[in-house]
Amino acid sequence: MIGRAHHAPSSTVALDAPRDESALLRVEGLKVHFPTEDGLVKAVDGLSYTVPAGRTLGIVGESGSGKSVSSQAIMGLHRGSRAQVSGNIFFDSTDLLQIGDEQLRRMRGRDIAMVFQDPLSALHPYYTVGNQIMEAYRVHHNVSKSAARTRTIEMLDRVGIPNPDKRIDQYPHEFSGGMRQRAMIAMALINDPRLIIADEPTTALDVTVQAQILELLVGLQEEFGSSIIIITHDLGVVAEMAHEILVMYGGKAVERGSADEVFYTPGHPYTWGLLSSMPRMDRARLERLRPIAGNPPSLINPPSGCAFHPRCPFMDEAKYHCVSQVPVFNPELPHPVRCAIPEGERHVIFEQKVKPSL
Amino acid sequence: MKAQRDGQEPILRVKDLKKYFPRKTSGVIRRPDSPVQAVDGVSFELYPGETLGVVGESGCGKSTMGRTVLQLLEPTAGTIEFKGKDVTGAKGRELRRLRTEMQMVFQDPYGSLNPRQTVGSIVGAPFAIQGITPEGGVKKRVQELMERVGLNPEHYNRYPHEFSGGQRQRIGIARAVALQPDIIVCDEPVSALDVSIQAQVVNLLEDIQNEFGITYIFIAHDLSVVRHISDRVAVMYLGKIVELTDRDTLYADPQHPYTQALLSAVPLPDPRKENKRDRILLTGDLPSPINPPSGCVFHTRCPKYRTLTDTEKKRCVEEVPLPRETQAGHSVACHYAESTNLAIV
Repeated sequence: MIGRAHHAPSSTVALDAPRDESALLRVEGLKVHFPTEDGLVKAVDGLSYTVPAGRTLGIVGESGSGKSVSSQAIMGLHRGSRAQVSGNIFFDSTDLLQIGDEQLRRMRGRDIAMVFQDPLSALHPYYTVGNQIMEAYRVHHNVSKSAARTRTIEMLDRVGIPNPDKRIDQYPHEFSGGMRQRAMIAMALINDPRLIIADEPTTALDVTVQAQILELLVGLQEEFGSSIIIITHDLGVVAEMAHEILVMYGGKAVERGSADEVFYTPGHPYTWGLLSSMPRMDRARLERLRPIAGNPPSLINPPSGCAFHPRCPFMDEAKYHCVSQVPVFNPELPHPVRCAIPEGERHVIFEQKVKPSL
Repeated sequence: MKAQRDGQEPILRVKDLKKYFPRKTSGVIRRPDSPVQAVDGVSFELYPGETLGVVGESGCGKSTMGRTVLQLLEPTAGTIEFKGKDVTGAKGRELRRLRTEMQMVFQDPYGSLNPRQTVGSIVGAPFAIQGITPEGGVKKRVQELMERVGLNPEHYNRYPHEFSGGQRQRIGIARAVALQPDIIVCDEPVSALDVSIQAQVVNLLEDIQNEFGITYIFIAHDLSVVRHISDRVAVMYLGKIVELTDRDTLYADPQHPYTQALLSAVPLPDPRKENKRDRILLTGDLPSPINPPSGCVFHTRCPKYRTLTDTEKKRCVEEVPLPRETQAGHSVACHYAESTNLAIV
């Protein structure tokens, strides 16, 4: 048995974080819209959050909630496409949406790196794994090939790839899924970036390999002090990794809080639905699962008012105007929730109707 | 639904089932090739009305096992007895009749429905193939089925692309249920779906089981879903069943070191518990099913193996552990199986 790396979130930092002007990353009013034949797809529609240095933010939500699209905007991956991106993304004091392509290219990989879900399509099949990692290093460092090679072997070793001096000359198809993901993490970390965006980094992996990769990411964060944004639909993964959690629904943030807050005192009916709909191994088995009714919202014609209202068991237009008004989300609050029901009433509903069945 | 096993005859009896895939040798030089041993000696019994969960990681042979049981793949060796009758290698008319009794729900709700066919003809296909005209006509029956699985019967003439992933999976379920089979093999039926939709489909599968008295083989990698839906659970590793017992025993008292590692690797949606829990980390990757390790196939990655004495280790390397009952109804294929506390619940 191996003891887990303990990384209990310190609640004081989490509470102060949103107001912290020195946050490493500050996303403000981000919108990413895609014009299509069927209409304007509002994939991300007014998203704000911060990531303090050395911390991990977990972004959870279902497919189409905008979690991946918003993080691609940080990396500038929508540039040159038809996507309409607006808002601000401050990295330190640089607005990533305002800088030129050349300046962004210098930052990509050096300051901000990305780990993708599917390492088989993210790695180039034609080049050896070593060549691809060395390229990532030499783009940002004026070093000789042999120095880059030494550094790459060091990095492959660090992420737990056996025989790194041999594996460096192999092609991606010669690596197993878990090893490929390790190689991609090595590539992301080789320039010692201050922010790592991991988009579903373990979704394609088996659970025993996932455990290895998550352990690796936590260990590397402690060693290098990078900030991490981990995007996932798996609440177990965020419970293990994240200090803070952002819940997205229909292109908007609906709740943000410390891991403890989101798991033990969640405020949004959608978060309640997520937590109570999944079967859990660590609880007494239920006779029946409690799904969230209905389907995810259309991003072209989103529901009026609160996007969750058609599926929300607590929706009440007469009392809260769920259908006619978009509820506000104040990112300056310590635990903001985008819900029209007043906090006091929500607390009562949670304690009486939701918590007993969690 | 709890299976009543006392005095009941199994509906399906699988004995020493093997499925090897030959490897193609290309080029001029022919080398003697060893096959991919995807399923390598699997035995189990299935009782009417129960759900047998099958879990394991990718490449463990769980899908191949399901398909071989249904004879979508021809078994290399072993027997499949359905209602007391040996149906191994059934062909032609016999196989077609067997299809009315055993059906399948596939993982990919996009790949398993013909994009050029309407929902009506997809769900009605089993009737057409079997030459059966249900009472009231095919269309009426198909619309009843659509309604039963939570689809709007008016969408009879729509195409699969007009439906969401969850709705498509409902179409696949309606098709599988159409002939009221005795057994349905569900191969990862909810893993492509979002959490909130997953629960809807799991509930639907349970309702249909209760209504029609169907027996399920439920293949999945998600241990939480399998615990919810199964009466008994089989854990597979590299083509073999390493542990098989009823659901509550498996999750409370797993005895095979692989099952223990698998259960401890699942991240729990509970940060405080997660931070306190110890995890059994497996090292390395799944060995190749072309050339599986000798003796116990798990010994190369087994955490227990590393704690054994040299004489004990020798046994793991040389002797294949056969499934043995450590207690009634709990079979474990390990020479040194024992309980451990994983602190999950």
